[in-house]
Amino acid sequence: MSNEQTIKSMTAIMAKFIDYVGKHLPDDVMEKLGELRGKEQSQLAKIVYDSMFENLKKAGELNRPCCQDTGVIQFFIRAGSNFPLLADVGDILVDAVREATCSAPLRHNAVETFVEKNTGDNTGTRVPWIDWEILPHEKSITIDVYMAGGGCTLPGAAKVLMPAAGYEGIVEFVFDVMTSYGVNACPPLLVGVGVSTAVETAAMLSKKAILRPIGTRHPDPRAAEMEALLENGLNDLGLGPQGLSGNASVMGVHIESSARHPSTIGVGVSVGCWSHRRGTIRINEDMSYDIFSHRKAAL
Amino acid sequence: MNKSLTTPINNEDIEHLTVGDIVFLDGTLVTCRDVGHRRLIELGMELPVDLKGLAIFHAGPIVAKKDGGWQMISIGPTTSMRMERFEKQFIERTGVKLIIGKGGMGPETVEGCRRHKALHAVFPGGCAVLAATEVEEIERVEWLDLGMPEALWVCRVKSFGPLIISIDTKGNNLFEQNKARFNERKGPIVQSISRRVRFIK
Repeated sequence: MSNEQTIKSMTAIMAKFIDYVGKHLPDDVMEKLGELRGKEQSQLAKIVYDSMFENLKKAGELNRPCCQDTGVIQFFIRAGSNFPLLADVGDILVDAVREATCSAPLRHNAVETFVEKNTGDNTGTRVPWIDWEILPHEKSITIDVYMAGGGCTLPGAAKVLMPAAGYEGIVEFVFDVMTSYGVNACPPLLVGVGVSTAVETAAMLSKKAILRPIGTRHPDPRAAEMEALLENGLNDLGLGPQGLSGNASVMGVHIESSARHPSTIGVGVSVGCWSHRRGTIRINEDMSYDIFSHRKAAL
Repeated sequence: MNKSLTTPINNEDIEHLTVGDIVFLDGTLVTCRDVGHRRLIELGMELPVDLKGLAIFHAGPIVAKKDGGWQMISIGPTTSMRMERFEKQFIERTGVKLIIGKGGMGPETVEGCRRHKALHAVFPGGCAVLAATEVEEIERVEWLDLGMPEALWVCRVKSFGPLIISIDTKGNNLFEQNKARFNERKGPIVQSISRRVRFIK
């Protein structure tokens, strides 16, 4: 393939993948929702879960975005330094977003700040948002596509604690976010917690935490234990689906961390709604691809 | 037996309803969210739709052009709390009777609903295709200059729901009741977890 053909090919793959991710929840989320649905006792919680599953069925049948808020599209990239299209990936993703906006169709969600005008095609200044990690010597690229609606973006919060507050302060912060804004953010939520030095590093790690498959654990045993403690504790609050009360509050709690400055503890919280539209695709140098998030996906 | 409401809605239709009740709507439902509220209340612009006795939906849909008209593709509720600043005055000014959205609203909306006899109800969030299939027709659109999500989409709906009443005409607020319970539970849970995460020694 010529360079031009390869660019076209990758643009088409990514446009179709964005379109697909907006209409189908990933396998891990489907499995967890099924499990939580089975545990609900109250009439109200059951009715809400029935609506959720009926909605997903209809979205598949009618080939429509399962939630109307298809978000500002975010890409989290792990790019091999030897991936042949490295220099073109940014433009390819912008074009793919424009294409998917028409084909899906996606909602127009990019409002140019200060001008305060909707651009109408989901692209704008620094949108789609792209986060880069470079993998030395690799030849493939792995891309997480994430569509977060406004509802589950609103609870996002980060703050810098004094060391005296300890990890206890992190627990309190997470619970405060969940009982205030979390209730309205379409529970059961996937909760990401970043533990780091500053607001921006903690916030970014908290977002990366909710990109991990549900149920995976932090490699450090203490952090993994804290994930389980927070998960059980938040479920004991009993927010239930839509915050209307019920058996569970969360699909999971994931922590991502970095080493920190001795004088500060940065903590960030990001939540994903039950309609957690996350997709992971790896594209190889010959434009063959593997989709990890949706086993049955056909583009 | 499902309870249903039909627009235009009168005070007598809704005064007996209580938080937690489930209803379905027939009739006219108009989307109205952040900027629609701001234009009426803060900027003093006249709403291009007479909402007296009707229902509004805190929602920004995905629509597609079809046969010279519009087709509803996907329309789920958005976070109602964002409209809390405006809603009491909005109810007073428009005579709207049913406000549909997601999550709870605050004390000002409760006061507006009590004084002017109106309801806030929740459509299950994220269930946007289900909702779209309950829209029979988009009758017209106003304020399209605001873009697709913020425009006022005037829809005719049939058995639109389930709608879970979260604020009734008697001053009850389902989400505030729930939040009080969540906050009561929170203290002891946080304390018990905190004892087990004292990693700084």
